[in-house]
Amino acid sequence: MTQDPNARAEIEPTEVGANAAETGDRQLTAEHSPETPDAYGSHEIGIEDLDFATLAEQGHTATKLDPLAPAVLSVDNLKMYFPVKSSGVVRRTIGHVQAVDGISFEVPKGGSLGLVGESGCGKSTTGRLITRLYKPTGGSMMFDGHDLAKLSAREMKPLRRDVQMIFQDPYTSLNPRHTVGTIVGAPLEVHKIVPKNQVLKRVQELLEIVGLNPEHYNRYPNEFSGGQRQRIGIARALTLNPKVLVADEPVSALDVSIQAQVVNLLQDIQSEFDVSFLFIAHDLAIVRHFCPEVAVMYLGKIVEIGDRETIYGKPHHPYTQALLSAVPDVKQAAVGGRRERIRLEGDVPSPINPPSGCRFRTRCQFAQEICAKVEPPLLQIGQRHKVACHFAGELGSHPASPVTTDLLGVDDQGSPVAGATPTNTQLTIPGYEDTWYDLKTKQTTGV
Amino acid sequence: MFAYVVKRLISGVLVVTLVSMAIFLLFWYGPSSPAQPICDRETSNRCTQAKLAVYEKTLGYDNPVYEEYGKYVKGIFVGRTLTIASNDYECSAPCMGVSFRTKQPVKEELVSRIPATFSIAIGGAFLYLLFGVPIGVAAARRRGSVADKALVSSFLFISSVPYYLFALLTWLYLTITFEVPFFSDTGYFPITQDGPFKWFSGLFLAWVALGIFGCTQYTRFTRGAMVEALSEDYIRTAKAKGLPTRTIVYKHGLRAALVPVVTIFGIDFGTLLAGTIFTERIFEIQGIGWWSLEAVQGRDLPVVQATALFSAVVLIISNLLVDVVYSVLDPRVRLS
Amino acid sequence: MTSVPMTQSSATESPDDRGSDGPYLQVEDLKVTFPTQDGPVTAVSGLTYSVEKGKTLGIVGESGSGKSVSSMAVMGLHDTKSAQISGSIRVGGTEVVGLSEAKMRGLRGNSMAMIFQDALAALHPFYKIGGQLEEAYLVHHSSASKRDARRKAIEMLDRVGIPQPDRRVDDFPHQFSGGMRQRAMIAMGLINDPSLLIADEPTTALDVTVQAQILDLLQDLQREFNSAVIIITHDLGVIAEMADDVLVMYAGRCVEYGTTKQILTAPEMPYTWGLLSSIPDVGASTDARLIPIPGNPPSLLRPPSGCSFHPRCVHSDKVPGDLCRTELPELVPASSGTAHLKRCHLADPVGVYTTEVLPEIAPELVEETR
Repeated sequence: MTQDPNARAEIEPTEVGANAAETGDRQLTAEHSPETPDAYGSHEIGIEDLDFATLAEQGHTATKLDPLAPAVLSVDNLKMYFPVKSSGVVRRTIGHVQAVDGISFEVPKGGSLGLVGESGCGKSTTGRLITRLYKPTGGSMMFDGHDLAKLSAREMKPLRRDVQMIFQDPYTSLNPRHTVGTIVGAPLEVHKIVPKNQVLKRVQELLEIVGLNPEHYNRYPNEFSGGQRQRIGIARALTLNPKVLVADEPVSALDVSIQAQVVNLLQDIQSEFDVSFLFIAHDLAIVRHFCPEVAVMYLGKIVEIGDRETIYGKPHHPYTQALLSAVPDVKQAAVGGRRERIRLEGDVPSPINPPSGCRFRTRCQFAQEICAKVEPPLLQIGQRHKVACHFAGELGSHPASPVTTDLLGVDDQGSPVAGATPTNTQLTIPGYEDTWYDLKTKQTTGV
Repeated sequence: MFAYVVKRLISGVLVVTLVSMAIFLLFWYGPSSPAQPICDRETSNRCTQAKLAVYEKTLGYDNPVYEEYGKYVKGIFVGRTLTIASNDYECSAPCMGVSFRTKQPVKEELVSRIPATFSIAIGGAFLYLLFGVPIGVAAARRRGSVADKALVSSFLFISSVPYYLFALLTWLYLTITFEVPFFSDTGYFPITQDGPFKWFSGLFLAWVALGIFGCTQYTRFTRGAMVEALSEDYIRTAKAKGLPTRTIVYKHGLRAALVPVVTIFGIDFGTLLAGTIFTERIFEIQGIGWWSLEAVQGRDLPVVQATALFSAVVLIISNLLVDVVYSVLDPRVRLS
Repeated sequence: MTSVPMTQSSATESPDDRGSDGPYLQVEDLKVTFPTQDGPVTAVSGLTYSVEKGKTLGIVGESGSGKSVSSMAVMGLHDTKSAQISGSIRVGGTEVVGLSEAKMRGLRGNSMAMIFQDALAALHPFYKIGGQLEEAYLVHHSSASKRDARRKAIEMLDRVGIPQPDRRVDDFPHQFSGGMRQRAMIAMGLINDPSLLIADEPTTALDVTVQAQILDLLQDLQREFNSAVIIITHDLGVIAEMADDVLVMYAGRCVEYGTTKQILTAPEMPYTWGLLSSIPDVGASTDARLIPIPGNPPSLLRPPSGCSFHPRCVHSDKVPGDLCRTELPELVPASSGTAHLKRCHLADPVGVYTTEVLPEIAPELVEETR
C-alpha cells in the first residue's frame, strides 16, 4: 500500500461485495405486497421472492405515517443519571450527569420515531437505554408487557432478541478478527434459536436480505467497504427477528451516495418485516425522510415531539425553530447567499448542572421569569403534537404571555397562585390523547 | 495529583506488605523446615532431628507464624536480636534478618551491593537509550527503505537470542578471544577505593552487553511509536503550517512517540535496578542480582527474603513514577 | 437572566463581483499518481480550475474522487518521494509544481493555508493552543518576539469568537469544545493573513448550529481578508450557501464545473443529478423520491473504461452505441454558457433533467412550472 497517508484516505478497498447482477436472477417484483404477519411477533424474517439489493437502489418516497398503529414500545419518564465522582483520596459522588432526565414517547408498531438533537442532548444514551446497554436510573420502558427498565440481566436475555441496535461507525463496530459469518451468526448461537447445522443457511439468508453476496460469509470486515460493513451490522441486528431496531446514526459515517442505499434498505426491511425503528440521528433531512414522527431533544429532555409535517413545517419550540433554520439548504443556490437563520448565542450548558426550569432558557430569546422558575411540561397542543415551552408558538407568532399558567396553577411570573388547581395533571403520558390544549382558542379541544 | 500519589503510596505499602507475607509464608510452609539450611551449614551436613529442633526453637519456627511475622515486622522498625542455636546476633533497624552464610546482618550487605547494581543499570540504560532512540527515529523516517528493513531484521535477530547467551558470548569473545585491553578485567571496583577509571573499565563490558541488547529493543519500540506518531493528523497540520522538517519530526513527532517509550522504560529500568542476575554473574560484578542467586543456591533464606522485598519496593516505586511522568507528558491524562 | 438578542444574517453580495488581477490560484491539467503494491493509482487526472481572491470555490466529491488529494497537492503536502505530480499549479503567480521544498515551506501557512476536518486530531494534543498558534506565526515572522507572537495569538482567538481569549490561550485542545476547536484551527490557519484558504470538510463533524456559526465565521473572515477560499465538502447545502463556484469531482476527474446556481439548479451531468437525488431535502415535498446512485464508488486501481461513471449511470442507455463504455468524454461547455463545463456524452442533458430527474426529486417545482 502506498506510503503516503494522504493517498490512503482516497483509495477505497477493492470491491468485494455484490451488486445486483451477482446475486443471481431473482426477480424484482414492483407491486410486492408483504404477507400479513401472523400473530404479533412471530413473523419470521426470511428470503421470499425479494431482491433487496436491487430494491434498495430504486427511488423511495418518505415513509408514511400509520395513525392507527398501536405502540410497540412505550417509554415513560425515563431517566439516566451518571454519577460524577470527586477527586481526592476518597471518591464520593458529588453530582450527576443528567444525560436523560424524564422523557416519554411511544414507538408505533411497524413505524419509526426519529430522535434528533445536538451533542449532549441524550439521544444516544436513550438508544442505549432502550437496548438495556445501560440500566435506567428511573422511569419505565414497556415492551411486550414487560418493563425493560426493571428486569434483571437474566430476565432481559430472551427479550434482547426483540430489541436490537445498529451502530454508527461501520469501521469500529465490527470485530475485525471475526468473519462476517461469525458476526452475523453469533446471536443465533447465543440464543440457541436454530440448530447448529442450520446456522450457516440462516446467515446466508440474512446476507442476501441486506444485499451482500451470501458466499462471502468467510471474509473479514476489512475486505468490505463502509457501506457494505454497515449492511453487515444490519444483518447482525436482524438475525433474531427483532421487533424494534434502534438505529444510532446508521448512515452518518457513509459516503453520501451510499447513505441513500442504506436508508432505502432500512425502509424495505421495515415494510417487509414490520420492524419498528427508533432512528437516532443529527441529520435532520434523513430523519425527515425516514420517520413519520420526530422527537427533538435538548439537554436530556424532549422539547418537542410530533408528526413530521408539524415538526418540520410548523415547529412551535424556539429550539426546534433555530435548529431547522440552521440546516443549509440546497435550494438556496437559486437565490444566492446565506439563508436567514436564527442565531443561538452561547454554548450548551453542562448536563451536570442544568439550568433551572426550562433548560433552553439560557439561549432562548423569549425567555422570561417563569422559564427559570417553572419547568414547562411536555404539553399536547395538537392531535399528534406536543411541545414543552411556556411561549410555544409558530415562528413569528410566539405569545407575549405564557400559555401554561392555567394548566400549572401559576401566575405569569411563575409563582404559584393560591387556591388555583392545575387543570391538567396528566401532562406527560407516552402517547397522545384524544383531547388537547389548543393554543389559539386556549380551550381543550378534541378530535 | 497529590491525592493520586498518596493513594498509590498507600496501595504500594499494602503490596509490599503482602509480598513480604507471601514470602514469609512460602518458606514457613515449604517442603522442608526453614531451619534445615542453617542446620546443615552449621553441622557440615550432619544435621540430626535433635539439632534441627534446637535451631527451629531458637529461630522461632515452632512459634505461630503470625507471631514470628509480627516480630519480623517489628524488627524492621525498631531492630531485634536474633538467636541462631546458641549465638545471639544484634540486628538494628531496619532489620531484615541475619545471613545464614555470613552471619552478618543482611541489611549491611544489601546496602553495600546497591551501588554495583545501580551502576550497571544506569550505565546500561544510558547506552541503550542513547543509541536506541535516535536509531529508531532514523529508521521510522526511512520506513520501508532497504536500510530500514536490514536494521529491523538484524535487530530482531539479536533480540531473539536469549539475553544470558548474548551476555555470555559478549564476555567470551571480548575477554577471552580478543582479550580487549583494559576492559577485560570485569567487576565492580568502587570509585572511592580504586578511582573512577577502574570503576569505569570494570563495568564497561557489562554496559556494552546490556547496551547493545537493550538498544535493539528500544530501537524497535521507538521506531514503532514514531511511525504511528508520524502518521497522525497533527503532523499533516504541522506540515501545512510550513514548519521545517526537523521541528516536525522532533517537536511534534518524537514528543508524542516518546510517551509510550518512556512508560516502557520506566518499568524496564525498575527491573534493572532490582538486580540484573545474568549480567552480574557473567561479568563477576558483586551486585544484588548475583547475591540473590547465591542466596537461592545456598538456601540463605533471610537474604532471599530481603532481596525479594527489595525488588518489590523498587518496582512499585518505579511504577508509580512512570504513572506520574506519564501524566506530566500527556496533558490529557491529568491524575486528579 | 438576560434575554439573548438574536440577529438575522443578511444575504451576501451578488455573485457577479469579480476579483481583480485574475485568479489567485490557477490549476491546470493536474495529475497525481501514487505507486502502490498493486500498481500505480491515479488519484487526480486532468484537473483544471481557478479561484479568485474574495471568491469561494466548493469542491464536491466522495471517497476516491480526489478532492482532498488535489488540494493537498496545491499545498505540497504529498510525500515527494512517492507521489508523482504533473501539470501546473500557480499560487499568486508562483509555479508550485516542482518548487523546492524550502520555498514551498515559505508559502505554506503563510500565503496559503489549509484547515482540516477533525480539529481534535489535527491539533497536537500535548501543546497548548496558544503555543501552536504562536508557532504558526513565528515560523514565518522570524524577527518577531515571543511576546508579539502571543499577542497575535490572543488577537486571532478573539477574532474567531473564542470568549476570554487571554485565558483560553493557555488551554490544551482537549479542553475546548468541538466548535471552539474548529475556530482555533481557523485562527491558526489565518494567523498570517493567507491569500488562499483551503478548508477540507471544516464542519462535517460538527452539530448543525455550530456548523452555521463556523460558516458565518468563514464568510466574515473572507470578507475581511479578501482571501480566495476553497471549501471541500460532500454537503450540497453548504455548497449552496457558501460557494460562488462549484467543482464536482468523480474518480479523480472534474465532471462538472460552473457557478453554484448553474450546478445546483441546472446540472447537466448524471453524477450531479445522482447526488441531488440521493440527498434528502429538509424542505422538499414528502412525495419526493430518495434515489440512490446504484453501485459503489469506483476502485482507483482498476478504474472503469471510458467514462468512469458509466457503471453506475442509469442514463447511459440514452447514448448511442457503446460510447460511454469506450470513450472518456471531454470537458465541454454546457448549454447554459461557456463558464459551465460538463463531462458527459448525453446529447440532451437539459431534456433528460427536466423530464426525468426533476419530477422525482422536486415534484412541487414541476407542479409550479405547469
